[in-house]
Amino acid sequence: MLEFAFKGSKKYYGWMTGLLVLIGIGFLVYLKQLDVGLGITGMSRDVSWGFYIANFTFLVGVAAGGVMVVLPYYLHDYKAFGRITILGEFLAIASVVMCVTFILVDLGQPMRVFNVFIYMSPNSVLFWDTVVLQGYLLLNLIIGWNVLEAERNGVHYQPWLKPLIYLSIPWAVSIHTVTAYLYCGLPGRGFWMTAILAPRFLASAFAAGPALLILLCMIVRKTTHFDPGKEQIQSLAKIVAYAICVNVFFLLCEVFVAFYSKIPEHTDHLKYLYAGLHGHNLLVPWMWASLILMAIGIVLLVNPVTRKNESVLTVACIVIFIGTYIDKGLGMISGGFVPNPLHHINEYWPTLPEAMITLGIWALGFLILTVLFKMAIGVKEEVRA
Amino acid sequence: MNDKKWIIAGIVVFLAIFAFPFWYNMGKAAPAPEVKLTEKAKAAKQCVMPTEYMRAEHMQLLDVWRHNVVRNAEREFVNTEGKTFNMSLSNTCMDCHANKADFCDKCHDYASVDPYCWDCHLDRSKENE
Amino acid sequence: MERTRRNILKLFGITALGVSAKPVLNAFAKEQGHPAEPQIRKGEKALKAKQWAMVIDTRQFHSAHDLDPIIEACHHAHNVPAFENKNHEIKWIWDEKYHHAFPNKTTKFLNESVEHRPFLVLCNHCENPPCCRACPTKATFKRESDGIVLMDFHRCIGCRFCMAACPYGSRSFNFRDPRPGIAEQNDQFPTRMKGVVEKCNFCAERLAVGELPYCVKASNGAIKVGDLYDPDSEVRQLLKENYTIRRKQALGTEPSVYYIV
Repeated sequence: MLEFAFKGSKKYYGWMTGLLVLIGIGFLVYLKQLDVGLGITGMSRDVSWGFYIANFTFLVGVAAGGVMVVLPYYLHDYKAFGRITILGEFLAIASVVMCVTFILVDLGQPMRVFNVFIYMSPNSVLFWDTVVLQGYLLLNLIIGWNVLEAERNGVHYQPWLKPLIYLSIPWAVSIHTVTAYLYCGLPGRGFWMTAILAPRFLASAFAAGPALLILLCMIVRKTTHFDPGKEQIQSLAKIVAYAICVNVFFLLCEVFVAFYSKIPEHTDHLKYLYAGLHGHNLLVPWMWASLILMAIGIVLLVNPVTRKNESVLTVACIVIFIGTYIDKGLGMISGGFVPNPLHHINEYWPTLPEAMITLGIWALGFLILTVLFKMAIGVKEEVRA
Repeated sequence: MNDKKWIIAGIVVFLAIFAFPFWYNMGKAAPAPEVKLTEKAKAAKQCVMPTEYMRAEHMQLLDVWRHNVVRNAEREFVNTEGKTFNMSLSNTCMDCHANKADFCDKCHDYASVDPYCWDCHLDRSKENE
Repeated sequence: MERTRRNILKLFGITALGVSAKPVLNAFAKEQGHPAEPQIRKGEKALKAKQWAMVIDTRQFHSAHDLDPIIEACHHAHNVPAFENKNHEIKWIWDEKYHHAFPNKTTKFLNESVEHRPFLVLCNHCENPPCCRACPTKATFKRESDGIVLMDFHRCIGCRFCMAACPYGSRSFNFRDPRPGIAEQNDQFPTRMKGVVEKCNFCAERLAVGELPYCVKASNGAIKVGDLYDPDSEVRQLLKENYTIRRKQALGTEPSVYYIV
């Protein structure tokens, strides 16, 4: 099926070349990082995780979001999603690859990464995170590939796939739960120390993932002969609507608990993010932008008139994707580290090299995503013809 | 199948490129290096273990040493002759073999290995020169 | 001779897999009936404790100046670099104000001498260390024999999970090669390499040869160390006679560094 990825228009080749250039630049900057060390990033003794880990966290969400098309189709027999489950699964694959790459570039000694398996430490959440992420990658590869091949051959997929498909549903929940556990089990980090961190992560994941999927469906419809379908997009939009509402609701729950209890260890981080603390307010405009974007998204998606208008829907999805990206990609990680455990304030902002490596990894993800989507749509066009 | 000749030509080209290091270096293999011993090392006659063992297995020995020093707080090594040594690369090994360039590097370069010991452990040979 | 050497090869092969060499060595010695096998052991002079603990009498420090020799002794001996870029800062033991060292124990109108007093902070060598729980490779671990929380720099992959897990900010990461930042190298002790986490090691290398930590030596008696579970130890005497506090006790990490205020 891979041959589909090599047949394409000039535009397609242009897009792929552009991505390769970005990957190349990112790789060169990464070589620099390997040579100099993580000192070329904006991270510090106080904010010891930065943009890489934040992007990783966000993308685990996008990967888990793929389950939002798998679950209705396989568990509730919602037939309409049959057309696009493969897109959800392939989006998950590309996202997980990005996640793993982000973890790798964040390591100080990447050559020693196999120590995680040589000296297995089941007491470390990071160990479990590598296990669930790789499991999820494998599950989606096996399921996606085989189901697509069955579709191409005009047969029903192999019966042994069914249990794997069912397994992939709770597994998707697990990857984001375990990722949240990386943070919420740490004593002395008040911002993350909340039992709804995992649910909150999942809510934002189920908003951002399907929102991205809607946008991808729109692009697929415009650039190929395959139409993912109006009903499918509308159903996804309702999922995004619920999820983004729940996400903001959870955020408000956090705000209530922190500010009604007035425990400084919990309020300080929120104050830093949304109002600034002792004159440090680098992230304040971003966090408010994120809130406003998510609010606009809610208004546009909850209202059926605007949701059913596909151009408005596109705007709503972009707005939600960016809103949740800022929330998780900038606020969630920095917010937990500022102020530090000794109540010193050291702010964090990614540097240019850090941003270029990040962009390179996103380009890698989109390259993989394009290849996978090209295959899926190639098969679908072939079957239809 | 008319592609036969192309396939064979392809294989030949591939093998030629693949085997490049072998035929490029043919007949001019570098001689195995002779390590130089410092006076102190010569006087000691034997290292912590017999020379043959050290030559072949010093990396395993060092790995056991570092494991026990770092993780188990065991820092003394008593060899078969009952001699006691402090298990320390910088303070014991390099004390005798204070000529890193002529002792360690020569062989490591020859064998094309690049141990990262000296990224952290200090090479004391410079001060002894 | 030949047989002996083969055995050594074998046993070193086994221990290279990460198992402690000692039991294997002893097993071979017993089986063969001759004691002339290589032995790996603790030094006779090594100081022992069930759980090392430290008591810092902060009343003896009046200005940051008083702490300088202590910090300097530690940082010099352990090849801790000094960088101008604050982001890359590495420190094992340093000076904090009371309300930073004990952020949840401050009061509004603090006793003046306490408010201006410098507080030494360092790794607490917790009895229940969150950093060791977080480490995915056991590169940071609590040494069973004496409770010191240590770093295995050969194993650390630089994921910095331990830094996020430590509620005391005691850990530093080598964002770059540390060597250019070391003014005067101490040859007896290794430096670190870029990409690994480091922190106070309770001077494990000194305890092993029967010496007390550098900070204790440089403190003019203001810092004492000893076995927390030996009722006759010096630290236990101090704990009995003085009211002491620990950092963020409420978190349940059980820090082993006590402060007399």
